[in-house]
Parts: sequence; structure tokens; C-alpha cells
Amino acid sequence: MKTRKLKAGKRLNRSWGMDIALFILIGGVASFMALPLVFTISNAFKPIDEIFQFPPKLIVRNPTFKNFSDLINIFSDSWVPFSRYVFNTFFITITGTVGHVILASAAAYPLAKIKFPGRNILFSIVVLSLMFTSYVTQVPNYMTISWLGLINTHWSIILPAFGMTLGLYLMKQFMEQIPDALLEAAKIDGASEYRIFWQIIMPIVKPAWLTLIIFSLQNLWTSGSVKYIYSEQLKTVDYVFGQVGAGGLVRTGPMSAVALLMLTVPVTVFIVTQSNIIQTMSTSGLKE
Amino acid sequence: MAPYFIIFITFTVLPVVMSLLLSFTNFNMLEPPTWAGWSNFTRLFVQDDVFMLALKNTLLFAAITGPVSYMACFLFAWLINEFPPKLRAVLTLILYVPSISGNTYLIWQLLFASDSYGFANAFLINWGFILEPIQWLQDPRYMLGILIIVQLWLSLGTSFLAFIAGLQNVDRSLYEAGAIDGVRNRWQELWFITLPAMRPQLMFGAVIQISIAFAVAEVSMQLLGFPSVDYAAHTVVTHLVDYGTIRFELGYASAIATVLFSIMLLTNLIIQTLLKKVGD
Repeated sequence: MKTRKLKAGKRLNRSWGMDIALFILIGGVASFMALPLVFTISNAFKPIDEIFQFPPKLIVRNPTFKNFSDLINIFSDSWVPFSRYVFNTFFITITGTVGHVILASAAAYPLAKIKFPGRNILFSIVVLSLMFTSYVTQVPNYMTISWLGLINTHWSIILPAFGMTLGLYLMKQFMEQIPDALLEAAKIDGASEYRIFWQIIMPIVKPAWLTLIIFSLQNLWTSGSVKYIYSEQLKTVDYVFGQVGAGGLVRTGPMSAVALLMLTVPVTVFIVTQSNIIQTMSTSGLKE
Repeated sequence: MAPYFIIFITFTVLPVVMSLLLSFTNFNMLEPPTWAGWSNFTRLFVQDDVFMLALKNTLLFAAITGPVSYMACFLFAWLINEFPPKLRAVLTLILYVPSISGNTYLIWQLLFASDSYGFANAFLINWGFILEPIQWLQDPRYMLGILIIVQLWLSLGTSFLAFIAGLQNVDRSLYEAGAIDGVRNRWQELWFITLPAMRPQLMFGAVIQISIAFAVAEVSMQLLGFPSVDYAAHTVVTHLVDYGTIRFELGYASAIATVLFSIMLLTNLIIQTLLKKVGD
């Protein structure tokens, strides 16, 4: 095989022509993908006559904040203060996500890096359960939750979220890539399993758990409390916002404001986590 | 490790096992289930013509969207990976947004509206290809095709994000080593270095893509109606929803789920074997 001399400063294996072609491809696809987002944003600021205009216009012509002020009026006289719904949603989302990320990572570490009997069977069960349709497990799930006496508590949503399969599988796949030599070196230096997990494993798989935060948040943010929770003061924001829509056609304006508001938190978290996903793997100090 | 698995077994494994057992019973959710042996399965394959149609639709659908989505996820993740983190985050968001925003189907309803105002119809009429509007969402000839297109558009989801994260975990020094060893362009780099280094994420993506491709239901129900005209967009899972939530035959619905589950298992087995060969 021929060897080439590496020029300093030049990017490896990249040509400008191909770069430009690929950039145009991404741009084209992205502009089509962005349609729902643009539509949601512009709809929220449309006055009622523009919302019902047919065929609909993508861009708003007379932007107004009326939809948002209407929304505030709707909630000003509800007997459960609106902030209570907000608290419920944040409580469920934050507790569920933090718990899931920690528990799933802690379970993934031995599964990926420690050999113990039954490991492969346990792992196949995890993968297989991802493939079972959730539609039929709903009824058995309800029964389990009711046996445990969790009906009408936030834990009926949080506890199952802790055990989501996706997270374990994702974390396990990422931890597999960590070289064993790195862990052995740490052990020789006297680090405990606990310390290896928090100070070596978790920093290396940071891209994985940042991604997992998005999945978990997306799952819990609009989890819909209707199934297991019937006390009004325990219900969540997405539920009351759904009730706004149940008010019929006149509520179409506030509903489009709702659609935008519900997107703000997931989108913000998305941007923050994604821009922090950067190179972490360091093999410095490792000679194999 | 123990706390996770206790929760996982209670809320995931237990319901799956219960469903598997229920598939051998008659269960209407009001009376306790009664044992039915294999009768649900024989009925499914021998008497249920609609199921056969649903199965055909699902297999065709999965055979197209599965591989294409999978490759698209990887390709876009890989291309986007070249940008600086901030710009990459924004681009990722734009490509991922169909998966988070609630009104996704609205766009497609406008595009394929049945009157001459629908974008697709308006375009074709203006250019003289057709004389009168096509009933895109009600005509059995087009429905499965539209379902496939919309699903492809939605495909940059879970595996896409997993791939983006996975690319950051590939050791940079491997690329330098590869360049010295004679890797000449980005495509060689992809095949010889990136893909083998990302095998765990590729496995993960494959499992996710299989579970999405075979379990299609939501798009069909939202966009093409439930049940759809002539069952043209009926899939295994919409069939299951029909029996589970409308006819309350949960035993039968569980049997459908069990069949689907076995198909996915088989596919997974084949794909995992193929993936072991990548980059060799």
C-alpha cells in the first residue's frame, strides 16, 4: 500500500467539490423538513381569519399576539391554578428523565463490561422487548400499575419511564466501545467500580446520555396523564392544553399558540444537548 | 443494576409475557380470559382475509422503508457530523423536527388534498399532466405509496440521533492512521474506518428501524383514515388496533402481536448477521 505524506492544516480525505454538492443536498432536504416547524411558528401569530384561510399561507401576513392573550384569559379562571399543571409536567419530566438516565446507565455498565452468567440472555430479553407492540401491552400494564397501587399518582408515569428499554440498549451499545485496557488500567490504579463508572465511563459516553435525555424528555413531555391519573390537580400541561382544543372551533387560535408553546421546551433542550455532543473518546495514555 | 431491572421486568417484561399468554385465550376485558389454545392463530391465518392483506401491505412497506430509512439516517448523520457543533445542532433539529412537532400530517394533507387546491393536484393540472384532481388519500392505487413516502420523510428519528452521537465516539486518531495507510477519499474512510468503529450503534439503529418499519400504524390512521378505503393502507398494527380497541377481542389482538413479534425476530436475526460483515 502506498503511503502519503500528511500536509499540516489540510483536512483529511475531503474535497471542496464534494463538500459543496453535499451541502446543497442537505440544504434541499432540510428546507422541506423544516416546513412543519415554520408552519407551527407562523400559525401561532396568525389572526383567526388567516388561520381558516384556504389554501393556507405558510407565512403570516398580519402577526398578532391575540392567540396568546386569549390563552391567558382561558386559564385565568380555572379552579386549579395553571402553575400547578406546569409543576406537574416539570416534576414528571425531570424526575423521570434524571432517574432513567442514571438507572439505565448503571444497568448498562455491567451488561457491557462485566462478565457474569446469564448476561447474554438478559441482554436478548432487553432487545426483544423493544420489538413488542405497545398497543397490546397497555392493558396488562394498567393491571400491573393498579396492583401496585400507583393509579392516580405521578409515579404511575415516572416509574415505568425509569425502566424504558431504549435507554439501556443505547447506553450499553456505547459503553461497549470503551477499550477494556482503559478500565483495567484504572483498576490497577486502585479505582473502585463505582469510581470507574462515574469518572471514566460516564464522561466518555456523554454523547449517548445527552441523546438519551432528548428521547426521555420527548416521551414524558407529552405523556398524557389521562390514562392513570384522574385527579384534576395532578394532571399535566399537555392534558389541559388538549382541553383548550376541546372547546371547539372558536379555540383554534389559542390552540395554535399552544402548539408553539409545547414545542419551546423540547426544542430548547434539543439545541442545548446537541451542541454539547462533541468528541469525548480519548485514548491518550493507552498503548495497545 | 438491580433497581433498573426490577422496574424493567415489572413494566416491560411482565406485560409482554402476559400478552403472549393472552394470545392463547379469548379475552374481552370484562370477563376473565378463557383458554383457547391455538384457535386464535388458526383463525388468523385461515379465516381472516383482511389480516392477509394487512400482512402483505406491512411486508411491502417494511421492505422499502426499513433499508432506505436506515441508510438515510446514517448518511445524514455522517454528513452533518462535519459541521461545527452549534450549526450541527440547528441542522439536526431541522431534520429531526418532523418527529417532535405535532402537526406533521397537516403538511401532507395539504400536499395531497383531493381537490384542485391540493399542491400536488394543482401542479399536475397546471402542467397539463391530468385534467381533474386525483383523490390521493382515498384512491387505493396511491395510498400505500403515499404511506411509504410520508414514513420516509419521518425516518430521521431515533437512530439518526444515535448515529450522530455515535460518530462523536469514533476515535479521531483512527482517521489519521487510516490516511497514512492509504485511505484516499471520504467514501473509503467511511467504509474502512467509520462503519466498523460504529458497529454497536449500527446494531442499535437496525433494531429500532425494524421495530418502526413493521409497526407502522400511526401515519396510516392519521393520514389515510382508519379503517382506510378498501383496507388499502391497512397494516398488521392497524388490524391489531381494530381488534384490541374497537372489537375488544384482546386475545385475538395479542395473537396478532405475537405473529408480528416473530416476524421481527426473524428479520433482526438476519440483519444482525449481515451487520457483522460490515467493513470486513
